[in-house]
Amino acid sequence: MADRFPTTHWSAVRGAGSAEPEERRRSLEAIVAAYWRPVYKHVRLSRNRSPEDAEDLTQAFFTRAFEKEFFAGYDPAKGRFRTFLRTCVDRFVANEDKAAQRLKRGGGMAQETCDFAAAEAEIAAAGAAGGGRSPEEAFDAEWVRSLFALAVEALRSECAAAGKSRHFELFRRYDLEDAGEGKVTYDDLAREFSLTPSLVTNHLAWVRREFRRILLDTLRQVTGSDEEFRLEARLLLGGEPGHAG
Amino acid sequence: MLDDARLAHLRAVADLPDLTGTRYRLIRRLGRGGMATVYLVEDIALGREAALKVLTDPDPTGEMAARLVAEARLLAGLEHPNLAPVHDVGTLPDGRVFYVMKYVRGARLDAWIATSPDRPAVLRLFVKVCDAVAFAHAHGVVHRDLKPQNIMVGEFGEALVMDWGVAKRIGAAGDADAPTLRLEADAPSRRPATRAGSVIGTPAWMAPEQARGEVGAIDPRTDVYALGAILYSLLGRRAPVDAGSAEEILRRVVEDVPPALRSIEPSVPRPLAAIVARAMSKQQVDRYPRAGDLSADVLRFLDGAAVEAYPESILERGGRILARTRTLAALIAAYLITRVLVLWLTGR
Repeated sequence: MADRFPTTHWSAVRGAGSAEPEERRRSLEAIVAAYWRPVYKHVRLSRNRSPEDAEDLTQAFFTRAFEKEFFAGYDPAKGRFRTFLRTCVDRFVANEDKAAQRLKRGGGMAQETCDFAAAEAEIAAAGAAGGGRSPEEAFDAEWVRSLFALAVEALRSECAAAGKSRHFELFRRYDLEDAGEGKVTYDDLAREFSLTPSLVTNHLAWVRREFRRILLDTLRQVTGSDEEFRLEARLLLGGEPGHAG
Repeated sequence: MLDDARLAHLRAVADLPDLTGTRYRLIRRLGRGGMATVYLVEDIALGREAALKVLTDPDPTGEMAARLVAEARLLAGLEHPNLAPVHDVGTLPDGRVFYVMKYVRGARLDAWIATSPDRPAVLRLFVKVCDAVAFAHAHGVVHRDLKPQNIMVGEFGEALVMDWGVAKRIGAAGDADAPTLRLEADAPSRRPATRAGSVIGTPAWMAPEQARGEVGAIDPRTDVYALGAILYSLLGRRAPVDAGSAEEILRRVVEDVPPALRSIEPSVPRPLAAIVARAMSKQQVDRYPRAGDLSADVLRFLDGAAVEAYPESILERGGRILARTRTLAALIAAYLITRVLVLWLTGR
């Protein structure tokens, strides 16, 4: 455990209510990173908006959230943050009926972070696979997917920074590409990476530990209290994506 | 982007305990509770299977880890044939606290009863459950979450009382040793604090004082109520309160009297129904003081003796004595007839 990366306990949800503009901006960036994809797909599919409208509304929502400090009004005692955020989105979309206003407000906070074209491609690729889910379940499932994707990217970055890119490559080959299908064995990886099987075992164990730690750090950033964090973690790790609510 | 299959795999990867460098090899997940998950593992050093319980929830303050260790120590201090022994406790390389206990092969009590065992077998098994709880009571421990799902029936008919995660030492201050926060009709529950405390246990099986959140009132008689509810379900094939939301069940536990056992299963003898009714009395003072007293009354019933819970009439007493001594009377009669026959034959 000596070579573990440090754990962070920073909460963007709490930071969103900070009196410091820079802390608020940093917090919103973390929230946008975790939520832009669920918000975009929610607006696109559950609110039946075109890709262009959904893109504008997503950007406008986060820009307005920053300007008007939407998230500062969140009270952890009254429910989960993601439920609060989805309610804010629904209310925002319902009130936002003038395209010109949206365009005027858009182009701010979310633009650099969000790859809307990629999100649109995912919607097309998913096809009818997401059918049968309620809008709430679809939003929650997308939120889970978004957090895991963020954690994978953060793991890649941290491994590279720590000179452990080979550890990440093992993780990528075994847990991302093969994804437990059994087509790749530890012996295969040992040959491919010129390692002993026991080193493959140890490297994978290390990188998986870090993945769990980073995933929980990411979750902690987008939850507002210890209790919410604990309950969301239980659902994130053990529940079904569609039942994360 | 992660497709559904990759996402499912990553969720499993992030959840699995890291057993590298330990003496255990993961086999499969057995079940998931409130704060912890239980896995079937192989103890490589001893070459046997075991059950490894590991903290699932993140635990930034270390509070839940301390509770899991406390649970392991509590269980380790209760050495009894009807309690799963603890083999090991420690911290995994991923920082999560775990303990290892005996792996019990068999069925949960609710599944076992579905195999339709005969009534004496049910009662004998129930006595074993009571014995384990009585042992805990004698050591100053109240289980607080007794229910069929927490009782395992082993391959050789042994009964093991499991999941001591919300157990409480009698007289312990406050409720700091209660680790779960769940509120489903059939899942252990800890409702937000009430005026007197908080609701801990599983609504359908909990005593009225527990449903009211009266933590200070909880004592062995609270477990006696749950044991009575379990016996009710074993004999009546349904829980005393079995429908509604968790909140509704809590209300019914406090306010309503369950249907009389003989009204749902008329074949249950009156003394046995009386034992269940006494164990499930609304008022603690009316119940058996301890699990051992309940067990003793069930054993009396099994032996054909008078039970404490049921004041029988003279006719019932005579019938019971006749039934109890039927074999002896038959032997005496057979002896007398033989004797008369011998005398008659020799006299001729």
